[in-house]
Formats: sequence, C-alpha cells, structure tokens
Amino acid sequence: MDLHFLDAVPEDAEREAVDAVLGPPDSGWDGGTRQASDLRFAEGGHVARGRRDLLLPALHAVNDRVGWISQAALDYICRRLTIPPAEAYGVATFYAMFSLKQRPRRVVHVCTDIACAAKDSASLCAQLTERVGEPGSEDGEFTWHESPCLGLCERAPAAVSLQAGDPPRYSVAAPANVDDIVPAPGEVPAAEASAAASANGHGASGNGHGPSLDGDRPQRRTTFSPETLPGPAPEPPPHAAVPQAGDPDLVLLRRIGVVDPTSLDDYRANGGYAALREALRLGSAGVIREVSDSGLVGRGGAAFPTGRKWDGTAKRPETPRYVICNADESEPGTFKDRVLMEGDPFSVIEALTIAGYANNAAMGYIYIRGEYPRALWLLENAIELARARNLLGTDILGTGFDFDIEIRRGAGAYICGEETAIFNSIEGLRGEPRSKPPFPVERGVFGKPTAINNVETLVNVLPIVLQGGPAYASIGTGRSTGPKLFCVSGAVERPGVYEVPFGADLRELMEMCGGVGTGSDGRERVPRAVLLGGAAGGFVRGDELDIPLTFEGARDAGATLGSGVILVLDESVDLTAILVRIAAFFRDESCGQCVPCRVGTVRQEEALVRLSQGTGARRTDLALLREVGDAMRDASICGLGQTAWNAVESAIDRLGAFGPQEEPTL
Amino acid sequence: MSTPVAIGAPRRLVEATVDGQVVRVPEGSTILDACEEVGTDVPTLCYGDTLTPRNACRVCVVEVEGARTLVPACSRKVEDSMSVATDSERVRHSRKMVLELLGSSVDLSTTPGIPEWNERYDARPERFGPRAEPAPMGEREARRAGEHTVGDGMAAETVEQPTKIDNDLYVRDYGKCIMCYKCVDACGEQWQNTFAIGIAGRGFDAGVSTEHDLALPDSACVYCGNCIEVCPTGALMFRSEYEMRQEGTWDEENQSQTTTICTYCGVGCNVTLHVQENEIVKVTSPHDNPVTHGNLCIKGRFGYQHVQQRRHD
Ligand SMILES: Cc1cc2nc3c(=O)[nH]c(=O)nc-3n(C[C@H](O)[C@H](O)[C@H](O)COP(=O)(O)O)c2cc1C
Ligand code: SF4
Ligand code: SF4
Ligand code: SF4
Ligand code: FES
Ligand code: FES
Repeated sequence: MDLHFLDAVPEDAEREAVDAVLGPPDSGWDGGTRQASDLRFAEGGHVARGRRDLLLPALHAVNDRVGWISQAALDYICRRLTIPPAEAYGVATFYAMFSLKQRPRRVVHVCTDIACAAKDSASLCAQLTERVGEPGSEDGEFTWHESPCLGLCERAPAAVSLQAGDPPRYSVAAPANVDDIVPAPGEVPAAEASAAASANGHGASGNGHGPSLDGDRPQRRTTFSPETLPGPAPEPPPHAAVPQAGDPDLVLLRRIGVVDPTSLDDYRANGGYAALREALRLGSAGVIREVSDSGLVGRGGAAFPTGRKWDGTAKRPETPRYVICNADESEPGTFKDRVLMEGDPFSVIEALTIAGYANNAAMGYIYIRGEYPRALWLLENAIELARARNLLGTDILGTGFDFDIEIRRGAGAYICGEETAIFNSIEGLRGEPRSKPPFPVERGVFGKPTAINNVETLVNVLPIVLQGGPAYASIGTGRSTGPKLFCVSGAVERPGVYEVPFGADLRELMEMCGGVGTGSDGRERVPRAVLLGGAAGGFVRGDELDIPLTFEGARDAGATLGSGVILVLDESVDLTAILVRIAAFFRDESCGQCVPCRVGTVRQEEALVRLSQGTGARRTDLALLREVGDAMRDASICGLGQTAWNAVESAIDRLGAFGPQEEPTL
Repeated sequence: MSTPVAIGAPRRLVEATVDGQVVRVPEGSTILDACEEVGTDVPTLCYGDTLTPRNACRVCVVEVEGARTLVPACSRKVEDSMSVATDSERVRHSRKMVLELLGSSVDLSTTPGIPEWNERYDARPERFGPRAEPAPMGEREARRAGEHTVGDGMAAETVEQPTKIDNDLYVRDYGKCIMCYKCVDACGEQWQNTFAIGIAGRGFDAGVSTEHDLALPDSACVYCGNCIEVCPTGALMFRSEYEMRQEGTWDEENQSQTTTICTYCGVGCNVTLHVQENEIVKVTSPHDNPVTHGNLCIKGRFGYQHVQQRRHD
C-alpha cells in the first residue's frame, strides 16, 4: 500500500497524545523522525495495520487533549497506523463527539431528548442561545450542542460538559440550569492548562466519590481527571438513582449504595468475586449449563437466550474468541447500565470475566458510550485494581485461566450499540452494522466468534452462578425469568432505576414510583401516555396500566419492553413535538448505509413536522408515514431502521396522536 | 483465447424455489444468481458484478419464507429448500419505496433502469413534495454527525449540490450519488488499493469524500477511473461526457463501441472506446475480461488524445 499523506506537522500536544496511546514511533516509516538507517529497510505495513483497532482510541486521545482533530493530527495518526487518510477521515466524521474543525476546549452536550424535553429542556436551550449564541457557535469560551439522551433521564433536564486538556475534565449538571453550564469568564483555559493544576489529583472530587486511597495501590491512569469542572453542584452518588437502594431483597442492585464503588476490598467484603470462584469450580461447560437453565434472555433489547449464545460461541472451532460487554446504552430513556457501572463497577468486571471463562475467550472488551465519564472512570479504576490482585491477567486465581479486559469508548453514535456496529467501531472502521448472517457467534469482532451481551444481562450471571440456574429460573414468569431493571422517568414522583421480579404490571411499578403525583398547579396529574422500551419501543395509553411487564405480556399487548424504559408523559407534554424529536433522533443516528433508513427517517421527520404544524394534507401524510414505515421495517439492514417507525406508529394508532384513524386513501 | 478450466472439487448443488419454480444452483450462489438462472428479473443498483456486495440500496429485496424481514437478493446465499418470492406485495412495496426515497432525494436522471422500474413498481418520487434547493458547495460536507436543523417539512430534502470539477479528466456530481459504496470499494482494497476516497459523515449527510474534502489533485487519486467504471448513476463521469451533456451534444444512440487492446504496455488490458462522430468520448473496460475485470490505469482510461490528435494534423 502506497499511502499519500499531507505535509502538515502536528503540534507537540497532538503528537504526545497519539504517542501516549500508540507508544513512540520506531522509525521514519511510522511517523518518527527520518534517519539514515530508515533508508536500508522498510517497516510498518502489516504490523502497523494490525493495530488498526487503535484508531478510535487515538482519535479520542487527540480530541480529549486539544478538543478537536486537526489535519496534521489525523495525518500523524494515519502514518503511525498505516491507515489511508480518507478512511480515517471517514471514521472521525462518523462520530458526533469528534470535531475536524477547531473549536473551544469546552463542549457542553445539552440533552433535548424525550425525558428532558418533557422537563422543558427547550427553555434551557433558549436561555443558552440568548446568553451565548446558537448551538455550535464557536466564538466564545465554550461551545454547546443539543444532544440525544445522555442516560441521565431520572434527573432531567441533563447536560454534560467535557473539557479537553491533560487530563481532560468533565462535569454533569442534572437537573441543569443555565448558570451551571456557562463557565465563568476566563474559566476555560485558551491554551492547555498547566499540568500541575490538573494533575491526576487524588483529592476530594466533586463527582460523589473521592477515590479511596486504601493500600499502596499503583498510581492510577484514568482517562478523565476525577476532579470535576467547577460549576454545577457535585453530582449525587450513583445510588441516588436507585430509590430502593439498601433493600436486602434486591438482587442486581443489592450492592448499590452499600459498597464503595472505588474499592475492591469493599466489593469483596460484600460477596464480590464469590461468583467467579464458583464459576471456576463449575468449569466452562458447567457455567453455560447454569446460564441455559436459568432461562436468562438478553436485556439489551432483543431478548435472545444468553445460554444459547454462549453455547454457540464456546463450541466454535476458531480461536481466539472474544466476549464483549455492550455498555453503549444510548436508547433514549435508558440509564440502568450507567447506574450498574457507577454503583457497582466491579460486578460488571467480574461478570465479564465469567463470560470470558465460559466462552473460552482470550479477551474481553467493554464498549462504553462516550458520554459516560463517571462510569468510565470507575470502570478503569476497577480494572486496574482487579489486575493488581490477579483477578484479571494471566493465571487468574492460580487456575491457569488467562483473561484481560480493555475498555473501548464510543464517541457519540447510537448505532454503535448495535452488536455488529460495535465490532466495526472496535476494529477502527466506521460504526456501520454488518449484514447478518454471519452472526457474531460465528464471525464477530476481528472475524472471530464473539459473545456480546448487555451490561444488565451480564450482571445477572452472578446470581445465576451462585444460586444455580434452576433457582434463578423460579423467579419471574414463564419465559421471563429473573429480576428485571426498569428505567422510570418523566411524570412520576420518584424516577430512577427499579428492580422487580418479572411479573409486576405497569400499574404496580408506577405505584412503586409514587405515581404521577401533582403538577405545579397542585392538581393531580394524569398520565397521558407511557413510552415502553425507548424510542425503538412504543407508546401505550395512560389507561393501559394493566400490561404485565414481561416479554410475553408486553408482546401480547402489542408493546415491547426493549431496554426497560418506562417514560411517563402527562397531559402537559406536547406529544406531537415529542414525535418530531423521536423522528429527528433516528434521522441523526442512522448510519446512512441503507436507503430505507437513510432517506426514510428524513421523510418521516418531514411528514411529522407537517402533521404537527397542520401544514399538510393530514390523511395523505398519515398514509405516507405508514408506507415509509413499512419499508423501513421490512427492508432496512439493522434494528435501527427496522424500529425507527415503531414509536410513531404506536402514537398514531394507540394514542390517536393526529386524530381518529381513517382508511388511508391516496 | 483459451477458456479457463475449473479446478478443485465441484460445488454441491442446493435446491430452492423462486416464485414456485424449482432451481438448483451451486452452493454459495446468491438468490440473485438463482433468479438469473430461472430468468426472473431483479432490479439492482448497488450490486456490482466485479465487487463484493454491500447490500446497501435494498432495491433487490425479496421475501424468503420464514424470515422476519425481507432479504437482499444480491448478497444472501441460497440455502437448501429456501422458498423465495420476488414479486409479493411486501417485495413490491419495499422496492417501490426504495425507488421513491432515492428518486426524491437524488438526481437519478443518468441512472439507467430507473424509468422502467418506476413504472413497474408504480413509484412516484414526487409524492414527497417539491424538492429542496440544492446545498451550496461544501455545505453538506461541513455538517456535523448527529445534528441537523429540523426544517418546516414543506420541501423534500435532497443530496443535491454543485458538481465538483477539480481536474481535467473526470467530474464528481454527488447530487447524483446513491451511496452504493462501489467507487470506494473499487478505489480501495477490492481493486485499486489507492484509497483516495471513503465514506465520510453519517446518515443522510454521509457522502463520498477525500480526506478533509480535498480536491482530487491534492488527494491520493491516481486517475485510474476505476471508480467511474463501477458508478451506477453517472455521479462520476468523464469530463468529456459531462461537457457534452452540458452542451447538449451527448448522443448515446449514435455512439459506437470498439473493444481493443491498450497500446501503452505489455499487460494487454482491454479497452472499450466509445466513439461519437469519430471522436473518442469515453473509455470503459469489459468487466468479464479475466485480466482487468474492468479496471485500467490512467493511460488506458484517459490517454487517448493522441489518437484524435493525428486527425487534426
Ligand atoms: C440501533 C441499535 C442500538 C442498540 N443499542 C444497544 C445498547 O446501547 N446496549 C445494548 O446492550 N444493546 C443494544 N442493542 C442490542 C444489541 O444489538 C445486542 O442485541 C445486544 O447487545 C445483545 O446483548 P443481550 O443479548 O445481552 O441483550 C442495540 C441494537 C440496535 C439495533
Ligand atoms: S437500518 Fe439505518 S442504521 Fe441500520 S444499517 Fe441501515 S442505515 Fe444504517
Ligand atoms: S480515479 Fe482511481 S484512484 Fe482516483 S478516486 Fe477513482 S478509483 Fe480512486
Ligand atoms: S459516486 Fe457513484 S459509485 Fe460512488 S457511491 Fe455514489 S453512486 Fe456509488
Ligand atoms: S438524559 Fe435527557 S432524555 Fe435521557
Ligand atoms: S442491489 Fe442488492 S441491496 Fe442494492
């Protein structure tokens, strides 16, 4: 391959950031200074190309350090990894968090998605626009963007600020007000902050937990500084999102609010790593048998039996095999995985280790969305501590089992939660879904057999291994076994993550949350609609609260549990505006590969805008929506396009969003 | 010329039905192959006879019994006892919508097959309303992933933008691009290994681009024109053809095609000269040629001026 590079020279900070990920260059061939000895041999090629999966981490490193990716920085990354610049450019421009244009160091993501829209994110945006200009304007000290769901829906409206530097810093404002978000004049350094001021300080931090300093632990390397940016009040601890915290009957949320999420000792003192020991005793086949017997099905949305997935992967002849924890959590209204990762990070590490053992995998990846700085920080810490105690690495607990985990951080793309898009994203390609077959079990990441599971699915494996599959299967109903997490937000008294055994109905869950409560005028609020399963799920009416929250129950009611979203909308919400927002979400998040989704989501949004403003022919537009929707569902490559019309369809048919239904005539 | 002799074990045959008709094809064949075998016409756009299918356009979808969604005929392999329907209500609907969605967002005026398919599937792209104004040059490329301004819904958004004319040999009119990925694959690892172009951006705003949207002369492009060879829409076009079309002198009916051997070197690539009024107006290459599979280098593709130079002496 004879690649063509630009002649631009990277800044020192850019070079340093890249070298910190890739190590220093060996020779002139991979981006170092050209020396006479370089003329005697050629190197790079296959070896460098074999590290293509470091493209995404390298792009993050530059973006985190200087706030944007210059031509020279991209060129340097390409030289180091032997990647054609046109391809790397295609990857960088795929992600919302990267900028290829110079911009201020601080970027604020203001959520305008469903739960936040219901909590008046519009006026937050209006105030921001008035104070500092339109979203994306880059002449001030910081820039802001409207963002899809940030996974902080229980504290809507939410905003996350990220500031480039060494190390980068963040803050979370939720509920956000405009004064928290706008930095004080001079607060954002124009040039890089001095290293001393922002050294990886292990002091009190504003993010709810000062890192514990027990033992003579090695100096940690985490992506973000634990010291959050000044401005918003300190983020409440993770267990604030769990109203049931401390209840001894909890299974999945048992440790949340009980253990210190930064301490491995505390985790072990609370039953941590007992499941791994038990798993190692059971043997790989034994673990898979328990998981199969448990009846556990995936909690990421597709409800596929986990035992079957693992059995398929473990039996494949090809090696190495991989396991992946899908922590991309970007389905609007979903925040359970965040709470698990922040409140009990070691449980995710332990569960993925068991998955690695059962599937005979060489390596595990955690693919976490880019907008979860606190969860990232806590997982990085947890992995480092687990390595130091031989709970990861070679010969784990003296059993001869070798396994390690790497974290890969997404960069703002909902589609990168789709399992095959994750593979491409990890491999340093654009996060476009692959067509199936072949399925991940046969050919997953790096073309090898891969078992990929949602965070919540994996965490269920711990009680399964400890109690045994059959005992676990006795919880719940029929095909829906075990405990389930629900992400309740919107018009309820106590939003948050709730754990219930499968079998409760929507009304019972709403009661646990204190009901819809009273509005600001003191009158009892009326639930108008409940969005079940997120933007890819569907609406049910506020008077359909008898729907059982099981996979079968939801399906029989023509709904879906999806990722466990229960988003309650009362009468005060402008439903048609919410539908336009959902359409805009799918348009923004379509990868663009296939026509039904790439163009269909645009036409869907246009028709919904006309319907909501009363500017088109109502019947024609409803029929058009249905026709486009049917084709998206039937002919799209992946689940995004296939579900992009679900919520809109349910709003039309079930809620009567645009008036009574008539036979569509064209 | 001798015919290539197949070596290796003969492939097992699999049996399936296409619209009720039994067909036996070698294992590994696609549904499209099976349809060809029984003489069923399936529209295709992103499928390329010399490339690995990307199954991106979805105009070739068919219904496979038992499958939840429709499947792309161009890439799905035939399995034993598969039952395929190519003209069911669902198939016709999705094909019609793909044609309408593309037709309403892309300039398909130079894409062969479109008028006939639109008629066959009763596709009326104008249903989505008047077309939005084309974007100014460079505006689409500058859009940030995951962000757009919601319009008023009164005009159908398109990908149209001015034609990129930055070199003497060929033009890129991405307002005609259906995002079939074929040029990218031909330029990259499937044929040319130059990697001058890639897909950039995301969703509706994605497009084919050099790094940082550089002009072709500043990019890695070597002007082999192998991207033009596979482009199904005329988005990539010889500058000569583009200019004749602008002047209204392009007249395909009155062109002759002569396949001959490139004189520049010993590889012996086949070149097909398209000649109108005794002038070479463009050069293609036969896709079934075992040496080149439709690929050429800059000399065979664009180096024909000396032939006509003689005439003016
Ligand atoms: C557009 C799209 C987005 C998805 N996002 C997520 C996600 O953020 N987290 C997740 O666990 N699964 C997500 N999925 C589902 C995954 O593709 C996959 O089914 C899941 O990770 C499998 O794990 P499970 O069996 O444990 O549920 C998504 C699917 C689609 C189609
Ligand atoms: S359905 Fe949408 S997101 Fe999925 S592959 Fe097609 S364009 Fe991409
Ligand atoms: S002419 Fe050749 S090198 Fe240039 S973009 Fe097309 S395929 Fe790539
Ligand atoms: S330019 Fe042509 S070949 Fe390339 S993606 Fe567009 S339509 Fe396909
Ligand atoms: S954080 Fe705003 S909708 Fe989820
Ligand atoms: S021709 Fe099959 S999907 Fe495009």
